[in-house]
Amino acid sequence: MSLASTPLGKSVRVTGMQTDSAQSIRLMELGIIEGAEICVVRRAPLGDPLQVRLGDYDLSLRSSDAARIEVA
Amino acid sequence: MSRAARPIEIVDLPGTYSLAALSPDELVVLDSLCGRAPGLRRPDVVVAIVDASNLPRNLYLVSQLLDLQLPLVVALNMMDVARSRGIEVDAETLAKAIGAPVVPIVAIDDSTLGALCREIESPHTVPQPAKMPAISKYTRNEVAGLRARHPSLCGAEALRVLLDPGGAAEQAFLARGGGAEELRDARARLACESDCDAAAEIRARYAWVQGALDGVIRRPSTARITGTERLDRVLTHPVGGVAALLVVLGVLFQAIFRWADPFMTLIDEQIFGRVGEFLRAALPEGPIQSLVVDGVVAGIGGVVVFLPQIMILFAAIALLEDCGYMARAAFMMDRAMRGLGLSGRAFIPLLSSFACAVPAIMGTRTIADRRERFVTIFLAPFMSCSARLPVYALLIGAFVERRAYLGGVVELPGLVLLAMYLVGVAVAIPIAWIIRKTVLAGPQPAFVLELPSYKLPRFRAVWQRVSEASRGFLLRAGTVILAVNLIVWALAYFPRDSATAARIAAAAAAQQWDEQRAADELEGAYLRESYLGKLGHAIEPAIRPLGWDWRIGMAVLASFPAREVVVGSLGTIFNLGSETDETSSGLRDALRDARREDGRPLFTLPIALSVMVFFALCAQCSSTLVVIGRETRSWTWPIASFLTMTALAYLAALAVVRIF
Repeated sequence: MSLASTPLGKSVRVTGMQTDSAQSIRLMELGIIEGAEICVVRRAPLGDPLQVRLGDYDLSLRSSDAARIEVA
Repeated sequence: MSRAARPIEIVDLPGTYSLAALSPDELVVLDSLCGRAPGLRRPDVVVAIVDASNLPRNLYLVSQLLDLQLPLVVALNMMDVARSRGIEVDAETLAKAIGAPVVPIVAIDDSTLGALCREIESPHTVPQPAKMPAISKYTRNEVAGLRARHPSLCGAEALRVLLDPGGAAEQAFLARGGGAEELRDARARLACESDCDAAAEIRARYAWVQGALDGVIRRPSTARITGTERLDRVLTHPVGGVAALLVVLGVLFQAIFRWADPFMTLIDEQIFGRVGEFLRAALPEGPIQSLVVDGVVAGIGGVVVFLPQIMILFAAIALLEDCGYMARAAFMMDRAMRGLGLSGRAFIPLLSSFACAVPAIMGTRTIADRRERFVTIFLAPFMSCSARLPVYALLIGAFVERRAYLGGVVELPGLVLLAMYLVGVAVAIPIAWIIRKTVLAGPQPAFVLELPSYKLPRFRAVWQRVSEASRGFLLRAGTVILAVNLIVWALAYFPRDSATAARIAAAAAAQQWDEQRAADELEGAYLRESYLGKLGHAIEPAIRPLGWDWRIGMAVLASFPAREVVVGSLGTIFNLGSETDETSSGLRDALRDARREDGRPLFTLPIALSVMVFFALCAQCSSTLVVIGRETRSWTWPIASFLTMTALAYLAALAVVRIF
């Protein structure tokens, strides 16, 4: 399952991600790496981007980026 | 700061999550730490200010700082926020893991900073961590090899050059004469081994962070619902959030349009008006008097009058940013901005352009993506700024009928005013699209944004932003803008032929004008026969298709340095003296009564509309163009902006005359 399709409020673990672009590398630097616990808190009023919670902090992430992150 | 025996120079680097840099702007941190910043030595000690309430991600940067082999002090900031969430941090255990002093502080509370100062001043050693991040030995070998061949590279730099293909560190390395071939070979060797890429480096660093935090953080077993979460439920709610955003924007506009007003009047009338009057009385009549009063004083005053708006706008932006709301506004607007090839970050600068494009363009520095930032800068002047309002007010007041619709709720003048604001937006949308497909073609800008906890804004940080922006603005007002104004003044003043004066005096005697009338007529005649007036005649063929005559052309030409001067210019041109404002019914009547040579009225509704549309789109603001040049560090962008906007303004004005 990808992070983009995770139900709101459900805590999941990152199992893998594409590492081929500078953008994905940047997300990894922010702590979205294998094993990290992550949760989609809400969607923006227009449906995109997503507000995700990673440990103690919140990030705004576009669905297209979230779709490149595998979770379980 | 000077405390102990020797003074200490503190350099504040931009906040960052990582030393890896995509854009040259982000490379500043790594460059400064490696002693490459112009005018700065390599630092004696690095102070890392980390957020205690969010340690794992902050220690990621600390793990990179260890590679610098520079003395390090870690300041554990926001201990109060951490504590309020029930998070306890054991600084001593953390200090052992990092191998460097760790000092808890609350940055907004000066009493907590003494220990940090003492630590910075005490003798320094390079950190001795219990364990270093487990970066592959193959990677370390290649780093060592690269540094052996290029001794000026520091370790942290060599790592970035090697592991971030296409990154800013690599580009800077190649620009300094580093070999593309040796880099390719080194990367090819690394590609043969496993776990030698940037992703592996990141995993190794986070593994180190996890080890370093072992036994350091104690947190409550159940997650608390924080105040930030409660606020977010309202402020990013599909209905409540949008309503809150509208309220914030409403207050912002109100502040810029209305609250600034008394201060602007004060500057305009009480300060510059009086200084001008005083000097006019003190100096003998002639070119020197006019140069000082109409050129210098009016020129500087015309710019300084925007200072209150700039201060209010910057204070509001700094407040919203510092308390954490700006990130939410960007979060909510990102989807809408994406259609323009922009992201949520561009929303606030574009919005504040409705007040004034100058601070808005300066405010685009928060946009990291170069393409996105340049598109935003290019679009900002299309938004109808407050300086266009006097033009709209004058012409709508004079030529638009007060017809009411919906039982008086909506009136035609208001609708026309709204339409003028929408013209800029409507034109900006296709412009953004075209630029993003051509000169600034590239991938959609990334939009990953931290949504920080809400906190009370710090007065000092807000004031710093406001005073910085004001200083920069006043500096420009005193230099470039003044110079441009003086050129226009000279064009409008000279040559002042004595024959003109004699002719007007004769006409005054013949038609028995009173003194005021004679003076006004003389001013008008001087202006008509000035170089600017001649230019107005010269461009007549170009503006004839618009139905404008040389007088409108001259007013438009005179307002290229600053569009708001058009009201005063029209007043002078139509013989009313320059003491006019947009509400003076005298000027309105004069515009209505103005005739062409064949006796038809000069202004009709279509022509008034075409002038307004021209002002809505034209780049008549030297300050904006100067700021565009400074922020893009090029001549190309301001020139492109000027040509595009002026051409569009002309075509739109032509279309209006043809359609109506």
